[in-house]
Amino acid sequence: MSTIGAASPVLSARGLHHSFGQTRALRGIDLDVHRGEVLAVMGPSGSGKSTLLHCLAGVLVPNSGTVTYTPPKRQTPLEINALAEPKRAKLRLTDFGFVFQFGQLLPELTAMDNVSLPLLLGGTKRSEAARRSTDLLDRLGLNGLGAKLPGELSGGQAQRVAVARALVSSPAVLFADEPTGSLDSLAAENVLTLMLELVREAGTTVVIITHDARTAAYADREVIVRDGAIGAGYRVSP
Amino acid sequence: MNNSLTLLGLLSRQASYGYDLKHSYDRYFGTGKALAFGQVYSTLARMVRDELIRALGEETGGGPDRKKYEITVAGQDTVREWLFTPDVPSETLQSNLFAKTVIALLTDDDADRLLDVQRAEHMARMRQLTRLKQDSDLLHVLMCDHGLFHIEADLRWIELTSARLTQLKKELLSA
Repeated sequence: MSTIGAASPVLSARGLHHSFGQTRALRGIDLDVHRGEVLAVMGPSGSGKSTLLHCLAGVLVPNSGTVTYTPPKRQTPLEINALAEPKRAKLRLTDFGFVFQFGQLLPELTAMDNVSLPLLLGGTKRSEAARRSTDLLDRLGLNGLGAKLPGELSGGQAQRVAVARALVSSPAVLFADEPTGSLDSLAAENVLTLMLELVREAGTTVVIITHDARTAAYADREVIVRDGAIGAGYRVSP
Repeated sequence: MNNSLTLLGLLSRQASYGYDLKHSYDRYFGTGKALAFGQVYSTLARMVRDELIRALGEETGGGPDRKKYEITVAGQDTVREWLFTPDVPSETLQSNLFAKTVIALLTDDDADRLLDVQRAEHMARMRQLTRLKQDSDLLHVLMCDHGLFHIEADLRWIELTSARLTQLKKELLSA
């Protein structure tokens, strides 16, 4: 059974409740994510795992409960859901990275420009953004493909560009929602292996949402979300 | 895995000393569970008795590791029969887990928790196999994948059963 370490969590959720109309998506979630760990959040479709990710990442403000985030080199936790949207948006840009099932790359931009975009939005000079993007594309086995448009890449290559875009600003936490859900087994393995090599090297905390056990097996531990609650065997001890 | 038939299969490639045979076995199949020399030699002795292999004369020293063994025609036939006879899918684990789940429901115990505990055990094994794959050659990657896919199938059963516990309990208690 998974155990929670003694170190203070980088993300901590307590008593999260959220509904969409009459549908109760989250029903009192308590969860700690520790610095540098790779956590898989598993569960069937509609169990509430993506809603949980959105709450943890400050995309969604839960109806009740708290999410706290402790940035690197800072002792005091920040209550994410108490921040106004512009501050949450800034936090997502500077501290968090995101990878989605279907990459969500901008189709009219080259692979290189897609990767550079978060740096340019954050004020990094174009030359520096290009250098860092090229480095990352190379590390992900995409050497020479920077000038390609997303439509000219295979599914696995496009997803590796999405990983590069998520990691280029050195986020403290990477959120990945079914990052390999649209790929075949071999391409999925390739993306996961490269992505986790980079995040472990950088000490990035990762939350992976997946219904796939083989993807979850790359994580350090897993929790199950069922009917909007953490599975009985995976709850945080009071 | 049937160790005797696997050793016999390795011998069908070429005549071999017991010592070399053990190392071939460990290389291909022994990840995490190397074969003991004693088991190799007792298996070889049994296969000589059953005329599936024969010793090719003793060399100086005369110990079991000094003998070279070769497969007989009967041994070759046995290997081919083994290779092309499909195995019965194993249901041992699922039967036991099924029994535990039913008992938990009948005794009003926490079947959800029981399945989560089993799931965590399965996931821990999947993590082990996934890590083992990182620095392995393709042969061992394929072996780990075989294990991973089997465990995944069990997990799917666990997932489906978890989703059906309420209905299952209703049916059990009304029977």
